[in-house]
Amino acid sequence: MTEIIMSQTPPILHGPSEKERKYDRQLRLWAASGQAALESANILLVNSGAGTVGAETLKNLVLPGIGRFAIYDETRVSEADLGVNFFLDDSCLGQSRSQSLTKLIVELNPDVQGTGYPNEDAKTLESLLAGSPVFTAIMYTHPIRPDQLSQLEAYGQQHRTPLVAIHSAGFYSSFQINLPGAFPIVDTHPDETATTDLRLLTPWPELVAFAEELTKNIDSLDNFEHGHLPYVVILLHYLQQWKAAHDGKYPATYKEKTELRKVVQSAARTNNPEGGEENFDEAAAAVLKTLVPPSLPSGLKEVFEHEQTDPVSLHRSGFWLIADAVKQFYERHQCLPLPGKLPDMKAQSKVYIQLQGIYKAKARRDAAEILQIVQTAPGGEHVDPAEVDLFCKNAAFVKLINASGGAGSSDARISRADRLKSAAALEFANDETAALTLAPLSLLPIYLALQATAHVGTTSTSTSNDSSSSSSSSSSADEILATIAEQVPGAEKHERVVQAAHEVARAAGGELHNVAALTGGMVAQEMIKIVTKQYIPVDNTCVYDGIGGRCQVLRL
Amino acid sequence: MASAEVYPASEPARWTYLDRVRTRPGPFTNPDIFSGEAVAAAMEAMKILVIGAGGLGCELLKNLALSGFKDIHVIDMDTIDISNLNRQFLFREADVGKSKAEVAARFVEKRVKGVKITPHNCKIQDFDEDFYMQFQLVICGLDSIEARRWINATLINMVDEDVEDSYKPLIDGGTEGFKGQARVIFPTVTSCIECQLDMHAPRAAVPLCTLASIPRQPEHCVEWAHIIAWDQEKPFPQLDKDDPEHITWLFQKALLRANEFNIPGVTYSLTQGVVKNIIPAIAATNSVIAAACCNEALKIASNCAPFLGLPDDNYMMYSGNDSIYTYTFRHDKKDDCPVCGQLARDLPGVDRAWTLRDLVDSFAALPEAQLKKPSVRAEGKTLYMQSPASLEAQTRPNLDKTLVELGLEDGQEIGVTDPAFATVIFKFRLKFKQ
Repeated sequence: MTEIIMSQTPPILHGPSEKERKYDRQLRLWAASGQAALESANILLVNSGAGTVGAETLKNLVLPGIGRFAIYDETRVSEADLGVNFFLDDSCLGQSRSQSLTKLIVELNPDVQGTGYPNEDAKTLESLLAGSPVFTAIMYTHPIRPDQLSQLEAYGQQHRTPLVAIHSAGFYSSFQINLPGAFPIVDTHPDETATTDLRLLTPWPELVAFAEELTKNIDSLDNFEHGHLPYVVILLHYLQQWKAAHDGKYPATYKEKTELRKVVQSAARTNNPEGGEENFDEAAAAVLKTLVPPSLPSGLKEVFEHEQTDPVSLHRSGFWLIADAVKQFYERHQCLPLPGKLPDMKAQSKVYIQLQGIYKAKARRDAAEILQIVQTAPGGEHVDPAEVDLFCKNAAFVKLINASGGAGSSDARISRADRLKSAAALEFANDETAALTLAPLSLLPIYLALQATAHVGTTSTSTSNDSSSSSSSSSSADEILATIAEQVPGAEKHERVVQAAHEVARAAGGELHNVAALTGGMVAQEMIKIVTKQYIPVDNTCVYDGIGGRCQVLRL
Repeated sequence: MASAEVYPASEPARWTYLDRVRTRPGPFTNPDIFSGEAVAAAMEAMKILVIGAGGLGCELLKNLALSGFKDIHVIDMDTIDISNLNRQFLFREADVGKSKAEVAARFVEKRVKGVKITPHNCKIQDFDEDFYMQFQLVICGLDSIEARRWINATLINMVDEDVEDSYKPLIDGGTEGFKGQARVIFPTVTSCIECQLDMHAPRAAVPLCTLASIPRQPEHCVEWAHIIAWDQEKPFPQLDKDDPEHITWLFQKALLRANEFNIPGVTYSLTQGVVKNIIPAIAATNSVIAAACCNEALKIASNCAPFLGLPDDNYMMYSGNDSIYTYTFRHDKKDDCPVCGQLARDLPGVDRAWTLRDLVDSFAALPEAQLKKPSVRAEGKTLYMQSPASLEAQTRPNLDKTLVELGLEDGQEIGVTDPAFATVIFKFRLKFKQ
């Protein structure tokens, strides 16, 4: 034993590497796997308009260490840029904005490569897109030239590249994520408290035997042992008793469960110095939370059903093969693979570790069964067993984003216009009753007003545009409302839409630094989620109101 | 409305975007308190205090400089560590070991022409009310609840009903991982940090007996090494949580203990995380929260749009874990707030069989109190004093007496002080368990 311990003891000062120290605070969020994904990412920013929100987003991606970035920005640095953009200074005046931004952003992190375009290698957006290695994701800021937007959309479809549109003006902003198809996430990082899965109503033989062994003489246990029975064991014991007294049925209703809780509470010993038993308190508290029959969570159900409606998937990645296997497992056993995690509970060390081992062993068996199903499927032999393990651990929290997107994208534009109209109808109807339901008012009016200026001031094809658009290249409130009337007829009559139009007109295409920085923070979070495939991205549009100080997510 | 005149700042071309919004009324601007003509000059004359030059602080300084403020002070006693570089974007590898406040101030001054930033490389407690009185607005980017409570109590204490300039709005940001919050406090008028204290309950401590005899989790092994083994063996004169050699010692001790009990999962990173109580932090979230704070500062300073704090919403919660979710609401002022309220706060769950020591020890973990070195008085009588030493010795015997023996009853009002909040007497009402 001593030998084993000695050999496991690392040498003195075996600490983290320099890089682990630098990235310590973020590795605790997305681990080495997430970091590796970030470091192999290649991000393009097409920067138009006032140009700060793109720079702020990039800052938040360069600091955590994305692999490389490119900025495409045709404008030259103006005096107005210096009052809003932190990554430009006096020495940049008159220079290419993309080159200047690249220089001051890349110095944030020596691990990151960045290039500003247009340059000698690529003089146009078209040649940049044609001549570069495939981008992991593309972000562009409004107002953008329509021809450039078309090029980006075509590229996104061809290479299945996520596109993120960003628009910040005055106190308002919005961004929209366009994913190339259904986007599954396994590592969703649910709240720790939500992940407890003890299977007390469907215990397996090893668990039953373990609990029976510990509780067969429960009344003659000494106070220490009685007071250190794990609550899982306590509940299994009283559930067995309950079943014996109730025709082999478990407590199902709320009333029955509270009855069981009373039984557990009254079984605690009070004639001890503490006047009660913590482990029995834990057991009583767990009755309502943990005695739930297994069910299929909505996120996973969507994954299972998605497969059915879309059988000829071109992208049968490991994920879909595993999802298929988990579905078969679920049909076979009427439950999901066991995650295998045991929460902390009052218990003796040895007993707890044994119980933990029983849960882990069952989780390994379930994962092995799923791996076996995967490997019998065509293409399944290439699936990484680690990916199967991860899926099994998170099965209840797997999530599908953009589930209805991707397929039949040829008419995406038409359906998007229709989607906006129906979303508007719903949002305006909700606002009618908001006073009663105490729901916050819709932020869709802000989206509509911003969207109406998505290309304003970009019709000139000059490549040396001064970035401080003069007032003639911005829209009046009436012009904004007229554009909204074309997109969603009738919306222009709503008072809140009129107000939003005036607020957007007030900014006249200008950014406020705070709103750009806030939006850049949100978009960077989303980019990190998409690149690392961890946490859950916005599906698909987020609108920010810097006057009320809040956001709304809409599917548009 | 949008055709109203723009009143440019001293450098019109540079501040053109900002001036369009801050000097012209919008549809939500309150015309009674807005004067576009006066905004630029008023903001340039304002003195703003930033507390903290870390993850939020770097962002706050950048944002304020680009919001048209010209005279900014920043307080931070910390030096730059390599683990700051993933988000504290004003610092470079060559700056490691230097003062955060000084490096941050110099960087922003250099980048944004015309802004003056005065660094203070010290603790907030080193300054008195005269110092804080010179500012019109205070913005906090702190990671410690204690420092927030101190500045909150100080600003509330400074309020003089007859002096308009004695009301200093306090804007506070905080982050953890993909989540954060921004809140605005108008001292004595709106809910304060102490009113909201129970929203930031301390993490439940692991019972000592678990650490000492029945560990089950890797964290228990680390805490054992930290609290018990270190004290027994004293491998170095003083534990320095930033010294890798010290952390390595704790890590190895924890690992040995984990092996003894067959507990998996002790790593260097876990050891460091538990010992230093590390909160994950990224640039993106700091960017969101600091900008939300500065956006409120700009609105408060210019009146160009309604701001959080008055009369309705004063608190924005942000979460980016699952999609993006914000909850912006009004947290109501509490009449029994020990700092800004008039009434004593109920202290539930007190056992009549407790000794005074039990009561004193309970203050640290109570969400409503969170006091680590409390001194207790009741009905003008001192029951226990932490300092000076002579008074401590004199009152120490009371610690072993029960509450009943000391004449304390159900519903009794007690006064509690703590050296961390020198100006505050926390008033509590004992509520005995039935």
